[in-house]
Amino acid sequence: MASKDEIKFLTNPNIGKLRKKYCRFKKFGIKHIDYKDPDFLIQFVNDQGKILPRRITGNSLKYQRKVSEAVKRARHLAMMPYVTDLLK
Amino acid sequence: MRQYEVTFIIDPVLPNEEITGAAKNYQEHLTQEGCEIVHVDAIGLKPLAYIIHKRSSGIYYTIEFRTESQDTIEKLELALRRDERIMRFLTVKLDKYGVKYNEDKRNGLIGKSKKEDRKRSDDDNEEDNRRGGGGYQGRAKTSPPPPPPPPPVAKEIPKVIPPAPVVAVDEEE
Repeated sequence: MASKDEIKFLTNPNIGKLRKKYCRFKKFGIKHIDYKDPDFLIQFVNDQGKILPRRITGNSLKYQRKVSEAVKRARHLAMMPYVTDLLK
Repeated sequence: MRQYEVTFIIDPVLPNEEITGAAKNYQEHLTQEGCEIVHVDAIGLKPLAYIIHKRSSGIYYTIEFRTESQDTIEKLELALRRDERIMRFLTVKLDKYGVKYNEDKRNGLIGKSKKEDRKRSDDDNEEDNRRGGGGYQGRAKTSPPPPPPPPPVAKEIPKVIPPAPVVAVDEEE
C-alpha cells in the first residue's frame, strides 16, 4: 500500500466528515478541575464569558457539572469575567 | 481530617510588609485553631477580570490546611470578612482528587505536561488538516497549466482513497 504522504487527494477528504465529540476529561483521565487555572477554563466559555453547553464541548454530564462549578468559582475570584465582550 | 483550601485577594495598594503580614496573620490564625497547614501558595499580583473596590488588580494567596472541626472555617471566614485589606475570599473543601491534584502540581507533574500533551494532540490534528489541504492546493495550483492530465489522475485516485485513510488510522492507533 502507498504510505499516507504519497497519496494525493483531489479534494480534502476531511471536509464534510463529522468528527465524533468526546469528553476530554474521560479520555485523558482528568479527575479534578482547578478553578485557579483560567487559561484552561476559557475553553469552556464563549467570547461573552458564558458557559458553553455540553452539546458543543462534548463533556460528560459529570464533568460538565465540575466545569461549571469551577468557572463559577473562578468568576467569584475575578479570575474570569461574569459578563464581557471579545473575551477570546 | 478534612482538607480545605482558602484563596483570598489582598488589596495591592498596601505596603509590601502589610501584605505579607496579612497572609502570615491568617497562617498563624489557622495554626492557633489547631489546623495543620499543608501548603501556602503566594500566587502574587494578578489583574482582575472586573473591578472590585475600585481596584483593577489584586494579590492572590492560597492556603491549604487540614482541620477536624467546622468552627475553624466559620471563624476564619468571619475574620476575613471583617478585614478591610481582603477584597475577596473563597474557601473550598478538597476531595481526594483535589488533594492529589494539588500535590502533583507542587511536584511539577501537572500543568506543563498535561497542557503540552493536549497541545500536541491538537497540533497533530491541525497538521493533518493542513497536510490534506496543502496537498489539494498544491494540485490545484499545478493543474491549471496542463488541463488534460488532471482528469485521469482524478479517476485513478478515488480507487486509492477508500482503503488508505483506514490504514492510516490503524497505524496511528
